[in-house]
Amino acid sequence: MTLPVADMLQGGAKWFAERGPLQDRILSTRIRLARNLRQLRFPPRALPEELNAVLHRVENTLTHLDEWGPDRLFPMERLSPLERQFLLERHLASHDLTGDGGQRGLAFSPDEGLGLLVNEEDHLRVQALRPGLQLDECYSIANHFDDQLEAELEYAFSEDFGYLTACPTNVGTGMRASVLIHLPALVLTKRIKKVLASVQQVGLAVRGFYGEGSDVHGNFFQISNQMTLGERESQTLLNLERVIHQVLEHEDQARDLLLRDARMQIEDKIQRALGTLYHARLLTAEETIALVSAVRLGITLELEEMPPIQAINEILLEAQPAHVQLREGRELDAQERNVARARYVRRQLASAGAVR
Amino acid sequence: MKCQQCSAAEATVHIKTIKNDKVTELHLCEGCAKERGFHSMVTQGKSSLANQIIWMAEKLYPAGSEAISGVQCSHCGLTYSDFLSTGRLGCEVCYRDFEKQLKQILRKIHGSVRHTGKAPGKEGDQFERRRMIQKLHEDLERAIEREEYELAAEIRDRIRNIETPEAAPNGAGAGGRDQG
Repeated sequence: MTLPVADMLQGGAKWFAERGPLQDRILSTRIRLARNLRQLRFPPRALPEELNAVLHRVENTLTHLDEWGPDRLFPMERLSPLERQFLLERHLASHDLTGDGGQRGLAFSPDEGLGLLVNEEDHLRVQALRPGLQLDECYSIANHFDDQLEAELEYAFSEDFGYLTACPTNVGTGMRASVLIHLPALVLTKRIKKVLASVQQVGLAVRGFYGEGSDVHGNFFQISNQMTLGERESQTLLNLERVIHQVLEHEDQARDLLLRDARMQIEDKIQRALGTLYHARLLTAEETIALVSAVRLGITLELEEMPPIQAINEILLEAQPAHVQLREGRELDAQERNVARARYVRRQLASAGAVR
Repeated sequence: MKCQQCSAAEATVHIKTIKNDKVTELHLCEGCAKERGFHSMVTQGKSSLANQIIWMAEKLYPAGSEAISGVQCSHCGLTYSDFLSTGRLGCEVCYRDFEKQLKQILRKIHGSVRHTGKAPGKEGDQFERRRMIQKLHEDLERAIEREEYELAAEIRDRIRNIETPEAAPNGAGAGGRDQG
């Protein structure tokens, strides 16, 4: 069973190509549910045969589900380092899943909007992804899949503590809802720290582009709930949604301020960024994200001659290192990657119909 | 940029430290960073949340303190100091065998020690019912403490109705119980 890399590169992440509410400022919504199977130790402490039993039971369960069927669970140890990195860039896998050590697996739907991570920190992590801000929709997708799994598998659950997880920070609902939000104006006006501090004060976590432990790149921030015990899922989602709207209001204010005080400078910066994307011959991943961030701001501000937001979002995903290398079909050194990346970006923009 | 320590490999780990308002920067290759103890950061460090757990667990029950000596999971053998070193529990039984300590920690992290969200469908209905009864009993105690006897009587009737749904709404079938 091999990962259909060619198809995945060809079609892009289909869930991500769809339109989503507020997508000019919110990239995506993710819901993750942590679950463990009864009577088996949690993965960090499990015996190899217990991990195998989990994989086996999950494989069986998927085989019986209409939407899934056999051979949908990819064993991580059979994937090359480049393929694992690719899944990570695609937001399908996590660092813990792609790291060393065997007996982990990953299954995902054809549109990549629904995934199942097996034997990461918990036996199961159900994950749903949607474009833009769609917390309820995203939860109902994850929840439905969870119901289907639970009909066949016995979950570790206690009346007091809810769904039992390896880390006590996830116990209860086992739910982590996160929203990937783009806040360039707050960063430019240097108000971001204050706004994010107030987000943290109400018990939400703020992280970088790739989630826990990652850096902030291109003014993208991940905001997620921390509390999982003592609050219903619907309440957690509602709180998060409310805070996201407040943050967006601050972003709007900062944007208005920028336009009022420094319109020409901002337009210049954005158009130069677009020019670089059109014409550069060498692009690092980091520079690309920064340029894309600027152009996204241009789209939000409705500046002239901006490319469609879908094309720009795709660059964000597909200009990442493993994507670039798998598209070329081999491992590349840093220089070769930067050449290939710049070429990809030029083609992508040209095919989006905004040739200069 | 080359690694500041070995000057051979490319520096990929950049560490900024702020001490007395002075910022120092250190640029190391992955190997040297590991050697100097930045290992956990390099290997996609433990999440801030997990660190928070460890910090909290250590603070409440420091390693070697009496309250946790001999506390061990009867199923997977995890000891409290194992838990302190990773922030992870070993199995579902840990939640039972470490209940006392965990409740303290969970209260600090989540502000609550009782789940109120989704339950697996198989036990979901029963669970909902038991949870409701439990909550009503708590309400009842509170009402009695505050000497709100009318409210207490109402709550008691509701508990009865849930426990024996076939009984008449005003508890006619169970009138013999004492009146608190």
